[in-house]
Amino acid sequence: MNHLPLIIKREYLTKVKNRSFIVMTFLSPLIMIALIAVVAYLSQLNNDKQRTISVLDETGFFNDVFQNTENTTYTSLNELNLDDAIALVKEKEDYGLLHIAKIDSIDAISNNVKFYSEESPSLSIMSSLERKIEKRVQEMKLKKEGVSLAQIEASTINLDISQESFDGEKTSKEGNVVKLIFGGVAGYLLFMFIIIYGNMIMRSVIEEKTSRIIEVIISSVKPVQLMLGKIIGTSLAGITQFAIWVVLGGVLMVVVSAILGIDLAQLQTPQQEMVTQAMEAEGAQAIAENIFIEITNLPILNLVFAFIFFFVGGYLLYSSLYAAIGAAVDNETDTQQFMLPILMPLILAVYVGVFTVIEDPHGTVSTVFSFIPLTSPVVMLMRIPFGVPLWQQGLSLILLIGTFMFAVWFAAKIYRVGILMYGKKPTYKELFKWLKY
Amino acid sequence: MNDLLVADSVSKNFGNFKALNQVSIAVPKGSIFGLLGPNGAGKTTLIRIINQITMPDEGSVLLDGQPLKPEHIKDIGYLPEERGLYKSMKVGEQALYLAQLKGMSKAEAKSRLKYWFEKLEIGDWWNKKIQELSKGQAQKIQFIVTVLHKPKLLIFDEPFSGFDPINANLIKDEILQLRDEGATVIFSTHRMESVEELCDHIALLHKSNKILDGKLNDIKGQYKTNTFEVGLQSNNSTAVLNEIKDRFEVLPATFKNLHDDIKLNIKINESASSNDLLSFLTSKAEVHHFVEVIPSANDIFIQTVKNN
Repeated sequence: MNHLPLIIKREYLTKVKNRSFIVMTFLSPLIMIALIAVVAYLSQLNNDKQRTISVLDETGFFNDVFQNTENTTYTSLNELNLDDAIALVKEKEDYGLLHIAKIDSIDAISNNVKFYSEESPSLSIMSSLERKIEKRVQEMKLKKEGVSLAQIEASTINLDISQESFDGEKTSKEGNVVKLIFGGVAGYLLFMFIIIYGNMIMRSVIEEKTSRIIEVIISSVKPVQLMLGKIIGTSLAGITQFAIWVVLGGVLMVVVSAILGIDLAQLQTPQQEMVTQAMEAEGAQAIAENIFIEITNLPILNLVFAFIFFFVGGYLLYSSLYAAIGAAVDNETDTQQFMLPILMPLILAVYVGVFTVIEDPHGTVSTVFSFIPLTSPVVMLMRIPFGVPLWQQGLSLILLIGTFMFAVWFAAKIYRVGILMYGKKPTYKELFKWLKY
Repeated sequence: MNDLLVADSVSKNFGNFKALNQVSIAVPKGSIFGLLGPNGAGKTTLIRIINQITMPDEGSVLLDGQPLKPEHIKDIGYLPEERGLYKSMKVGEQALYLAQLKGMSKAEAKSRLKYWFEKLEIGDWWNKKIQELSKGQAQKIQFIVTVLHKPKLLIFDEPFSGFDPINANLIKDEILQLRDEGATVIFSTHRMESVEELCDHIALLHKSNKILDGKLNDIKGQYKTNTFEVGLQSNNSTAVLNEIKDRFEVLPATFKNLHDDIKLNIKINESASSNDLLSFLTSKAEVHHFVEVIPSANDIFIQTVKNN
């Protein structure tokens, strides 16, 4: 008798109807968005702060360098001496005083600029001041050498190395970023999915043990069927939750940013920064075009299929291990000793993905880890946008499926014996013995 | 074929531990079969093998003349000793689910559940969660789920634990009624008084071996010692006592009685009849109490286990 659909249905409905599941499903995006909004709002507050910086320039070279900006006002105190200027700045409670001492030659500038302030000034302000002075000094020096401003401007060029593979496929820097984002999101999604829903499967196995219903159930169905039903049912609940998160998160994001008037796009991750920097150099339109081309250039079909196969394969592999752990122990606190061997390869995979694949997607380390079954789903998903030969993907997938089948066999053995064992925490040695029962 | 279930030389090992050693039992159709034994004797292992939860290493099990196969699951109703229900699931939903796992259709399960819920007067529990019920109430649900699909073979492992006396009686009556309707019952327990009341056949397991089986009455017959418990009244009790002691093997006896001077267990020869003893006693004193001592299941249990 095939009870799999029945079990899947029950597992799914119990998960979905569970109160804390519902609360989490609808609250998580709210909390996330609220958090992002708060961070965005705070950083905006910070940026909005008005500062006045006083400048005492005894050289007279930098008079027109310090132009007021939206948040920063520069006041010139050139008629005062240093002590008076400091006293005045202190009294006015200005942000600080920039003092450029009298020098004979422009070459001596480096040791004669000082910033006086109440508290130590922010790094970004200091570097902005430094850049302004450096630029002026450089211009002056070049002028002294007889180079005109026009010549200087004419001499700066913007270079963007265009990339092309031997097969004639064009790529670009933005392309790499796009690939990174695709791979990173896929890998991270899998990682999160395994952690959240693997745990959920484990808990639901333990629940059956602690409520002692397990023997009633397995007098009607095969343990393997029960285990697979649990894994599939919980995964479907997970997909439902994820889908709601994505939709709800998206909607909330739009609503919140509209209400608060916060431009969420301004919140920059390092990767976005790379894109923006590239944009500044090249002009936004060209970049947008490039990104679009890059996205269409991605091996979309390959990506979609690889995502489905590696995601499902990797997820099932890990969740059968989680189910086995759940069957082996009596309560959640006992799971710790068995969790480590599962989490280690997973975390390793993410580290390899983040540090190695970005650096060199086809290097030895990345390649090897994209074959080892426990790390391959995450690492391979991150590698694929950069173009991985199909035979490698195929081989890795075969290894993954093989390991998955072994894991199901292994988990089913543990499961079959473990669900009827009560009271004592098994050791690894005992688990090994169970395999032979 | 008069036996519904036949287990033939069944052995099962867990690693180096032998849980069952060449155990054979035959459960006649329509009987209540007591599977007895101390803790760890292998009862649960045998029951799990019958339920196809574990496979025997050696030996075979026949149900209705056929080797066990997955289809037999719907012919068996099993109430395990370690039992429970999904705590956060509603009573009705849960019963339907478990019934469907036993191969019933949803509609059929629903109408049969209604019948049982009315019978046990728990109709208003349908939408309650198990965690809102008391332990005894949950056990009632568990019992219904076990018998709902009208299995040919019912297996109860310690069915009365967790029931108060009233509900235990209710369940006992239900079991007897199911037997009368044609079901065969295997009954595993330590509670010997319920064995006495219910079982007509028993098998005794001890340290993975079967050490005794058969009809309960036959076994009792084998274990009886031709001993009679008597209560006598006489004006000259010392003389009567000495006279009896000369002729029979006697032991002191204790039982509640209003006014007997002499309370004895008297053993007679196998060839002698109880009437001979009785007529002898009536000639000497006034007999108030005369009962044959039949070993209780409990005595047999303890004696057999100790001897092995």
